[in-house]
Amino acid sequence: MKIYATYNIKGGVGKTTAAVNLAYLSAAEGERTLLWDLDPQGAASFLFRIKPRVKGGGKALIRGTKTLEGAIKGTDFDNLDLLPADFTYRNMDLLLGTAQRKQTRKIAQLLRPLAAEYDNVFLDCPPSISLVSENVMHAADVLLVPLIPTTLSVRTLDQLTDFVAGFDGDRPEVRAFFSMVDRRKKLHQEITKDLSAERSGVTAAAIPALSLIERMSVERAPVTAFAPRSQAARAFRSLWSEILSDQE
Amino acid sequence: MLTPGLRGYVLEQPAGDHKSTGKSTGKGTRKHPPTDLLPAALAALAPSFTVAAEHGAPGSGARRRTWLDTFDWRLYRAGLVLEVEQARRGGRLLLSQADGTPRAEQPAAGWPPRRPALDLPAGPVRDQIMALISPRALLPVVSAVSTVSVIRLLNADGKTVGRLTAERAVVTAAGTAAELPLRLSVAEVRGYPAQARKAAALLAGIPGASPVSQSVFVAALTALGRHPADYTNGVDAEITAELPGSVAVARLLLRLLDTLELNVDGVLRDIDTEFLHDFRVAVRRTRSAIKLLGEVVPAADANRYAREFKWLGDLTTPTRDLDVHLLGFAATTEHLLAATPADLEPFRAFLVRRRAREFRRLAAALRSPRFGAITDDWRKALLAVRDASAPKKRRQPTAAELAARTTGRAFRRIAARGGAITPDSPPESLHDLRKRCKELRYLLEFFAPLHDPVAYRKVVGDLKQLQDCLGDFQDSQVQREEIGALADAMLAEALSGGPGAPAATLLAMGEVAARLAVSQAEARADFARRFARFAGPAARHRISILLAKPGQPAEPALKTP
Repeated sequence: MKIYATYNIKGGVGKTTAAVNLAYLSAAEGERTLLWDLDPQGAASFLFRIKPRVKGGGKALIRGTKTLEGAIKGTDFDNLDLLPADFTYRNMDLLLGTAQRKQTRKIAQLLRPLAAEYDNVFLDCPPSISLVSENVMHAADVLLVPLIPTTLSVRTLDQLTDFVAGFDGDRPEVRAFFSMVDRRKKLHQEITKDLSAERSGVTAAAIPALSLIERMSVERAPVTAFAPRSQAARAFRSLWSEILSDQE
Repeated sequence: MLTPGLRGYVLEQPAGDHKSTGKSTGKGTRKHPPTDLLPAALAALAPSFTVAAEHGAPGSGARRRTWLDTFDWRLYRAGLVLEVEQARRGGRLLLSQADGTPRAEQPAAGWPPRRPALDLPAGPVRDQIMALISPRALLPVVSAVSTVSVIRLLNADGKTVGRLTAERAVVTAAGTAAELPLRLSVAEVRGYPAQARKAAALLAGIPGASPVSQSVFVAALTALGRHPADYTNGVDAEITAELPGSVAVARLLLRLLDTLELNVDGVLRDIDTEFLHDFRVAVRRTRSAIKLLGEVVPAADANRYAREFKWLGDLTTPTRDLDVHLLGFAATTEHLLAATPADLEPFRAFLVRRRAREFRRLAAALRSPRFGAITDDWRKALLAVRDASAPKKRRQPTAAELAARTTGRAFRRIAARGGAITPDSPPESLHDLRKRCKELRYLLEFFAPLHDPVAYRKVVGDLKQLQDCLGDFQDSQVQREEIGALADAMLAEALSGGPGAPAATLLAMGEVAARLAVSQAEARADFARRFARFAGPAARHRISILLAKPGQPAEPALKTP
């Protein structure tokens, strides 16, 4: 079981869009795929028309009184299941520990029993730097970091890379990709081109800013599913194949 | 996946609403599909779900489904169903349990092959069934073209919370096509069990809907007037205790003749070795019945048929003996100590050549007028006895009396002859005893419906132990002698310019013969113990119980003639 997590400290950079579309592409290739919507806002759950509700809330899952398995819902797509968001996830940090006793590997531990059932798991994280995100970084094999092509977000990537480098034991591989790229902006063009070439860990594939991607919230489906021949879908397919070829 | 506890539904066609498909060559009773009842299901679901066709859903579309089994239904009897599914995307072999639970699947290009297959492509299905079916071939049993459409059941958010699957299947067989009733089933989407249950309840509420009672496989067979496991090499003639002996014997012999004839085609097409084996068992049983029970069949010329069935037995022996050598070849090579399996390869090649020659001879005889005349005349003679209105001369024994008399006599004969065998007795005395044991076994099997099943199983169990020992003894000897004869034949073939017999091969054959001599000696050493068990007080008591109540039917419902 391979665990991918979409993560960025900032919101609105395309984490959920990436998680939803990459999970869909993984499932479409026949890989048994699970997407865990960890964001209490429940955007990924909404996109799959699944109610953002888990019986017993985040507390029951973290404390182990309910299994992850029991909370899983089938999406409309073959091989793709979703573990829905729940509004109580906003308190997940409190459940994961106190300042004295932090649990940083709880999410990894909760996912372990699902290894026989799924080939790929995607974790869609809430924007923040918190105990939840630290858990996600410990659980993930690959951290997928969407970046808006600005100088500041490049700085954020450096900080994240340094943070992960400080982990004891297994560290996730950090793979950044540009997201919401506006081809008309000169700065976007320059940063995208330079950074992909200069820095390892940044994919050549980039996700453009397209209204069709925004339309996902109207269609309530991955763009790769409802418009598979679109430029947007092609961009996600390039990104997924580049991520996969890096793994080989 | 179907939710556990949910079933498929067949919607029965309302009376007088039959539609012709134009394909069916139908008998009047054949049901046509309720093609107009899918809308009824959709209407029943409409208040609770929005429905939407799901094009290209997994499992949807048209495919040819061919079910396979061995001639003697080994898979079905083991509770398994094997299917080859041919769709546009390619073929798959699917193994499931009788209730439809999947067991294994593997891709299968070009399956089923034109000739019945003795092996399968490597994969998980093969791993699960080879030991079970070997050495039998897989034959196509029935075929259907199935068209599946999938309809999504959506909740108020437009989320798929269940799927309705509609399967239309047309069974195809030589010159005929029958359409099975439309099958509807509800599949659960993970995490939405209540909705699937609700949809199933709505289907169940449609007037005329009834839960599916048969798999598509069984329904397809039924449509062709067949049923699963409709072949067995056992003797399961319908006889009762009070039946006149001659009628009971005629029924037994007709049943054996059916078995014999059912196997002829498989023998001639050389599909697998077991057709000939079952053919030979039917011949041997027939010969024993003529010998031991023939007196009650006055119309039949017992001498003629005894001679003719002996001819059939002798005719098939060389091919069967070579089959036995070839079937056990892998096991034989495993026991080699000095020689290597490669040393025996020329021997195997020789066996194959010789079998081909013997088989041609056998096939020619089975196609001869002589064979046709035996079976035809024999059937006429038996039918005349079976259907005779009343015994002409003296009062006839009943089937129960005949069973008690002949079985008791056969047992006493074995007890006497076996008891006279000492460690110094010649091998022939054991061979003779083996034949007498076979006769007793056949008598027990012939009259099995008349015996108490528990007592029957015990007596047969005792007898089988003794038969195994005598079988090991004789088979080892026969095979050893055959190896000697085959070695001579190989040398003779070499002298006449044939492929020859390398010294290493002859030495390896010597090793195999030595191994057989050891087995024979072991069986001989075990004989006294086995016989004492069979003929001892406990076993005598068991057989006396069996014969004391021969008229008690095992399962009354089954034994009505």
